Amino acid sequence: MTANTPLTIALSKGRIFEQTLPLLAHAGIHPLDDPERSRKLILETTDARVKFVIIRASDVPTYVQYGAADLGVAGKDVLLEHGGEGLYEPLDLRIARCRLMVAGLPDSVPPTNRRMRIATKYVRSAERYYAAKGEQVDIIKLYGSMELAPLVGLADRIVDLVESGNTLKANGLVPLEHITDISSRLVVNKAAWKMKHAAVNELLESLRAALAPNQN
Amino acid sequence: MNDERWLLPAGIDEVLPPQARVIEGLRRELLDLYGGWGYELVIPPFIDYLDSLLTGTGQDLDLQTFKLTDQVTGRLLGVRADMTPQVARMDAHHLRRDVPQRLCYLGTVLRTRGDGFGGTRSPLQLGAEIYGHAGVESDIEILRLIMLTLRAAGIDESYLDLGHVGIFRGLARQAGLDATQEHALFEALQRKAIPEIEQLVGSFGVSGAAADMLVALAELNGADALVRAEQVLSRADQPVQAALDELRRIAEGLQRWLPEVRVHYDLAELRGYRYKTGAVFAAFVPGWGLEVARGGRYDDIGRVFGRARPAVGFSVDLKELLRHGHGLEQRYCADTPVLAPAVADAALRGEIERLRAAGRRVIEALPGVEQDPRQLGCSQVLVQREGRWELQAIDAE
Repeated sequence: MTANTPLTIALSKGRIFEQTLPLLAHAGIHPLDDPERSRKLILETTDARVKFVIIRASDVPTYVQYGAADLGVAGKDVLLEHGGEGLYEPLDLRIARCRLMVAGLPDSVPPTNRRMRIATKYVRSAERYYAAKGEQVDIIKLYGSMELAPLVGLADRIVDLVESGNTLKANGLVPLEHITDISSRLVVNKAAWKMKHAAVNELLESLRAALAPNQN
Repeated sequence: MNDERWLLPAGIDEVLPPQARVIEGLRRELLDLYGGWGYELVIPPFIDYLDSLLTGTGQDLDLQTFKLTDQVTGRLLGVRADMTPQVARMDAHHLRRDVPQRLCYLGTVLRTRGDGFGGTRSPLQLGAEIYGHAGVESDIEILRLIMLTLRAAGIDESYLDLGHVGIFRGLARQAGLDATQEHALFEALQRKAIPEIEQLVGSFGVSGAAADMLVALAELNGADALVRAEQVLSRADQPVQAALDELRRIAEGLQRWLPEVRVHYDLAELRGYRYKTGAVFAAFVPGWGLEVARGGRYDDIGRVFGRARPAVGFSVDLKELLRHGHGLEQRYCADTPVLAPAVADAALRGEIERLRAAGRRVIEALPGVEQDPRQLGCSQVLVQREGRWELQAIDAE
């Protein structure tokens, strides 16, 4: 990293953390603690100027937008919901890949006497998708276990992330429509981009280099 | 419910002592500064017809403007969310001078949504504009004024961010993009979402040099961006070259006038793209994720008021500046008041008047209440010694 510029990187536990580490290792950055075992929320790294903050995935854009972290790794799903205002998202890290999809019971027919009800955690994305299709729907915001909603009659369809499709299958649901492909992005605070440009750019370049062999 | 009567609406703040005194001190100092450069103060109305508030810079402000119905005309009124359009109207419609006109303004604006970090919905907007000059010299004057403003506010370290909307606009035209495509690309460019930009440009069916340049734009930032642009944008047509040339001349001006200021060029920075026509700029301070000053050139703004004149200006939120400045309280609140006893004595009256005329603050004690001068913030008291009133220091405890 460039001389003495401290950088804070916001990461979420789990898949994003695990899959980001090899990329950061390419830039010579290793955490000194394992967040799965440590309760620390701020992790020092082998690079004295770089530290990680461990937060919820959906909080990453907020931390980075307001400069509490200079950079972060956030899924495109989270960015679509956040709106991405005040952030730069210059790099697709091609990790934590999945698809945002509409799913439902295999033989279900859309209701004719009322609006279709959509259960989802991804309210903005679902609204945008159906608006673009020209369909007026009712969105029901849920925080988890979306698959249950069609089974108990709470919703006709769900909009959710699909990775292998196993959870859908286990609950007798099938993917119906593909909304968009999701992967994690490197996000950068606008002011950090401008004021810590050399350090941010250096990190960006080595992440790019780390990604290059996997291309295609 | 009654317990919450003290509560303020989200994003609305009250300013207490000594902060209010600091704001007032800085307000005077800055208006004097602009006055010294020939900027005349104007006071636009707090409330205005919505139509005029939303012209020019307008549409961007629609959502941000509080609206109500005028009971006299039935027309929609808006509470100003930005004073720039009002000041432009003054220049275009009322002043109608042919010489360059410098105006400055200060006042509270209201926003329906607190978008900034502090989430304020009532910034104290302070700004300065030059109308009637299209050259880079007026851009540079405004940039110098921004830096002087930050310095006066006690901000020692700051960065300037400089871009030019003409570059993207020209490249989009050269690539033959329609309005929808241009907007989609603009939106991705604001996020420097390079993968999306590549995908969008591909989907527009644009190829060759025009496509390459649109994709490359997202990476044209940094201290050396202008140098790299020379090669990267060499195949861009005349309007883009003219915009680049303008930026280069502004850069030279900054070199001359503000050599110590760190400048970050960002050719994809398109703040206020819909109404800006030339250079766009912003100032940042370390450790803060959002800009503290913003401005740029918007040559068309007066057109709807009957007269399009070149215009360039900037604005800041005075309350925001205060958060980043150092030493302001010492500067404006260093003089502590004097406590005078509650005694009817002509000599005392005379001494109090003399002190006040000399700029001291003198508090006259009110009889019947115990008043510790220290609790009143006083550092000195007036005492009578051998028939004369004189100042005596209070020992700090």
